[in-house]
Amino acid sequence: MEGIRYIPKAINSSLADGFCRPHSGRAYAGARGGIPLCGKSLPADVDSFRIFIIPCIYGRESKRNMIQFLSYLVNGISLGSVYAIIALGYSMVYGIAKMLNFAHGDVIMIGAFVSFSATQYWGVPPLASVLISVVVCTVLGIVIERLAYKPLRQASSLAVLITAIGMSYLLQNVALIIWGANPKSFASVVNIGTLSLFDGQLRVTGETLVTVLANIVIMVGLTLFTGKTKMGKAMRAVSEDKGAAELMGINVNATISMTFAIGSGLAAIAGVLLCSSYPVLMPTTGAMPGIKAFTAAVFGGIGSIPGALVGGILLGVIEILGKAYVSTELGDALVFAVLIIVLLVKPTGLLGKKVHEKV
Amino acid sequence: MTQRKTPTKMVPAPSHGIIPERDLNVSPVLEARHLGIEFGGLHAVEDFNLIIGKTEIAGLIGPNGAGKTTVFNLLTKVYQPTMGTILLNGHDTAGMNTVQANRLGIARTFQNIRLFGNMSVEDNVRIGLHNQIRYGMFSGIFRLPGYWQGEKRQHERAMELLSLFDMQDLASHQAGSLPYGAQRRLEIVRALATHPSLLLLDEPAAGMNPHETEELMENIIKIRDQFGIAILLIEHDMNLVMGICEGICVLNYGKVIAKGTAAEIQQNPVVIEAYLGKRKEG
Amino acid sequence: MKKNQRSFAGNLITYGMVIVAFILCQIALSGAIDGFKMSRSLKGQLVPICVYIVMAVSLNLTVGISGELSLGHAGFMSVGAFSGILASQWIAAAFPTVNLEIPRLLAALATGGIVAGIAGVIIGIPVLRLRGDYLAIVTLAFGEIIRNLLNCVYVSLDGVAVHFGFLNSVLPGKMLINGPMGATGVEKLAFFEAGFLLVLFTLFVVLNLIGSRSGRAIMAIRDNRIAAESVGINVTKYRMMAFVTSAVLAGMAGALYGLNYSTVQAAKFKFDTSILILVFVVLGGIGNIRGSIIAAALLTVLPEVLRDFGEYRMLIYAIVLILVMLATNNPTFKAAVARLIPHRRHSDAEKEADRA
Repeated sequence: MEGIRYIPKAINSSLADGFCRPHSGRAYAGARGGIPLCGKSLPADVDSFRIFIIPCIYGRESKRNMIQFLSYLVNGISLGSVYAIIALGYSMVYGIAKMLNFAHGDVIMIGAFVSFSATQYWGVPPLASVLISVVVCTVLGIVIERLAYKPLRQASSLAVLITAIGMSYLLQNVALIIWGANPKSFASVVNIGTLSLFDGQLRVTGETLVTVLANIVIMVGLTLFTGKTKMGKAMRAVSEDKGAAELMGINVNATISMTFAIGSGLAAIAGVLLCSSYPVLMPTTGAMPGIKAFTAAVFGGIGSIPGALVGGILLGVIEILGKAYVSTELGDALVFAVLIIVLLVKPTGLLGKKVHEKV
Repeated sequence: MTQRKTPTKMVPAPSHGIIPERDLNVSPVLEARHLGIEFGGLHAVEDFNLIIGKTEIAGLIGPNGAGKTTVFNLLTKVYQPTMGTILLNGHDTAGMNTVQANRLGIARTFQNIRLFGNMSVEDNVRIGLHNQIRYGMFSGIFRLPGYWQGEKRQHERAMELLSLFDMQDLASHQAGSLPYGAQRRLEIVRALATHPSLLLLDEPAAGMNPHETEELMENIIKIRDQFGIAILLIEHDMNLVMGICEGICVLNYGKVIAKGTAAEIQQNPVVIEAYLGKRKEG
Repeated sequence: MKKNQRSFAGNLITYGMVIVAFILCQIALSGAIDGFKMSRSLKGQLVPICVYIVMAVSLNLTVGISGELSLGHAGFMSVGAFSGILASQWIAAAFPTVNLEIPRLLAALATGGIVAGIAGVIIGIPVLRLRGDYLAIVTLAFGEIIRNLLNCVYVSLDGVAVHFGFLNSVLPGKMLINGPMGATGVEKLAFFEAGFLLVLFTLFVVLNLIGSRSGRAIMAIRDNRIAAESVGINVTKYRMMAFVTSAVLAGMAGALYGLNYSTVQAAKFKFDTSILILVFVVLGGIGNIRGSIIAAALLTVLPEVLRDFGEYRMLIYAIVLILVMLATNNPTFKAAVARLIPHRRHSDAEKEADRA
C-alpha cells in the first residue's frame, strides 16, 4: 500500500539543468532578497559556501533563483489545489455526518481509473471521460454511504471509522482486481499549452492552470451552494444539529447522501487533476493524497469550506517548498510538523470555530 | 414542613457577609471577594461576595440563568475568574486549576449528573478517594504490598462512605444503571470521598420526589454534623432551601440581589420581584 | 468484593486462553497428533501474531482504557524495532566470543521499550494537550514524521563505536541502519516462546494497571474528564501514564518484530500498520483486552487462511471487516442477538442502545 512519492517536476527539471542541486539550498530562500549586480555564470559544481554567498552577489543567479522559487510556489499551489478539492470532501462529510470517511482517498483513485479506462480503452474524449468519472464516483459515493455507513448512523464514531477503513481496503482491492497492480501512465486530460513567463524560465503547465482554475470555480460554487440553495442550507442545518434539523422537516438521510454525492463527485475531479499532473496511477494512488488532504482539512479547520481551501494550498506549498529547499526525504515530515504546530497553537485549525465545553 | 435546621443566629462578618454565630471563632471556609467573570463582554457573574462559615449550610438561589452554576464553576476553578479573589481556608486560589482547588478542600456535584457511568458504584467512590489513599503505579502493576494495603483501605473507606446513604449493597452495581436519585446520592458520596472542607451541591434534589427530598435534607444535615464541613447548595426546591440553609444568597442576572436568613429572604421584596416579576402599578 | 472477584476471574480466563492457545500451537508444532499440524506459512506467522497481540493490547490501553484515538501506534513500534536491533547488534560486537542470544533479545526488548517510552513522553506532551479527532490526527502526523525521520537515519558500527548520521550515509565501519534501506543483516533472535512470554508480560502489565488506583484514574478521565478533575485527579499525568505505558509495550513488540526478520525498513511501519492494529482493537471491542487478543490473532491468520483465494483474499478480508462491523454495531442486528440471549438483554445491549 505504498503511496507514490511526488517528485515535483520543477525539481526534476532543475536536476536536469545540472546547474544547482536544490538539496542544500536554504541559501536560495535567502537569495530572494539578493542585490542584482553584474552577471557571471556559476560553475556546475559549487560548494556550500559559494551557494550561500554567490546568489546574493550575482544578479542573474539571484533572478534565476527567484524564478526557481516561483516555479516551486506555482507547483505547490497546483498540488495544494488538488488537496483542497479532496479536503472539501472530507470536510463536508465530517461536518455533516461527523465521520472520518477514510475511503475518500480511494474514491479519488477510482475516479482517475475510470477516466483512464474511458480514454484508453473506450476511446472517449478526455473531457467526456471526466464527466463519466464524476458520474461514476457520485453514484459510488451514494452507494457506499447507503450500504456501509447508513446502517451505522447510531453506532460509535470509531465503529464507523473502521468500516470506512474496510471500505478503503475494499475499493483498493477491487481496483487491484480490475486494473492490476502495475502502475498505469495516466495521459493528461488537459490540452492547454504551457504558459511561459520570464523568457521561458518560469513555465506554468496547462495542468496547473486548469487545476487552480477548477479549484477556484469549485470553491465559489460550493460557497454559493451552501449559502443560497435550499439543499445547501439544509446541509448547514444538519451539520449544526441533526435532531433539530429533522424536527424542522429536513430529510437528514437525503442530505447526508447529497453530501457524499458532492464529495465523491469532487473526488473524481481531484483524481483526474492529480493524475494529470502526477501521471502514475495504481490502486494505492489515492491513499497518501487522501491522508494529506484530510490533514489539510484539519489544518484549515474541519467543516469549513474556506478552511479546506487555505489548508490545502498551504499544505501543498509547504510540501513542495520543503522537498525543494530542505530535503526530499523530509518533505512529508515537514508538512506534518507544521500541522502539529498549528493545532497546538490553534487547536481547531486555522479557520475552525472554538467550541465551548459546557459544564 | 418541620424546621430541621438547628436554631442559629447569623451574624455580620467582614467582606459583606453573614455567618452562623458558632463559626465566628474559626476562620471561614470560603471567602469570595468581588468575584466576576465575563464571556465575550457579557458579565455572567459580577461583584459576587460570599463568606461561608466552617460548618454552615448555605444556599445559592435565583431564577434560571442567574449564574448560579457559573459561581460553582468559578469556585472550583473550572472557569478562571476575570475579577476578584477566592480564599479557600484562607488560601488564595488564584492561578489554581480544578485539581488543586479540590486538593485544597472543595468538592462538588453536578447539575447534570457526571458519574463514571461504566464503572461500579464502589469504583466511583474509590476514584473519589484517589488522593486520600494512595499508592504508586508500580505497586499497582507489580502488585507490591502497597497495592494490597491501599486496595483494602480504599475498599473499607468506600464502604463506610456508601453506608452513609445505605448504599453498601449497591457497591458492585454499574453506576450508570442506578436510579436517578441513587445516582445523585452517589455523586455526593464521591465528592465526600475527596475529604473536602466545603461541599458544593448543584441542585441535589432535582428530579427527586418529596419523600426523597425529605431524606436528602436529613442527610445533608447529617453530613454536615458528621464531617464538620460547610455545604453550599444550589436548589430550586424552596422547601429544602428554607428548611436547612442557614444563610441564603440570591442571585439574579449575575448579581447578588439579597442575602440573609430564610425568613429575611422570604420577606425581601426584591427577591419576590425577581421570582414573580414586578407587580402591575395601579 | 463481588465485582472484584468477577474481574479477577475474567483476567484468569484471559491468561488461560493465551496459555491454552500456546500449548495447542506447541502440540501442532511438534506434530505429535496426526492431522493436527501447522502449515509452513502459519509457522512463520507465530512471532508476528504475538507481536500484533502485544500491539493490539497496548493500543487498547490508549484507545479503550484511556479513550484517546491514536493513529500512530506503529511509530512506537518502529522506534522499538530499530533501537532493539541496534542494542542486540552492539552487544554482539562488544562480546564477540560468547553466545548471548537470549540476553541480547532481552536487552533488545528493554532498549526498544525504553526508547519508545522516551518517544512516548516527547510525543505525549504536545499530543495530550489536544482532544478527540484532533488528537487522532496529530498522532497520525507523528507516526508519519517518525517514519520519515527513520528513513534518513544511518547508523554504523565500527568495532564497538556506534556512529550516527542523519541524511549522511558515509559512515565508518559496518552499516547497521541504512536510511530508506533500513536495518540489514539482522540476526534473527526472535522466537515463538519469547513472543508468548512477551504477550503474558503485556497482559500482566495492562490488566494489573487497569485493576489499580492508576487504572481507575485513567478510566475516570475517559468516562468524564470534568468529574475526574473535580475529584482531584491530575488529568495530564494519568493520560500520559497510559500513553507512555502503551508506547513502551509497543516498543517492546517492535523490538521483537525487528529481530524476526533479516531486514527491516521504516516503510514496514506505515500508517497502514497503525490502522491495522486499530482494526484489531475495534473489532475485538474497545476496552476489551481479551477481544483484542482474539481479533489480532484471527486477523493475522485470516490472510494466510484466505491464501487459496489468490488475488481475491484481501478483497474478502475487506468484506469480512465491513460485515463484522455492520453486524456488531447495527442496532437492529444487535437487538436480534439480545433477544436470543435473554439474560444479557437488560445489561449490555440496552445500555449500548441508550448510549447511542
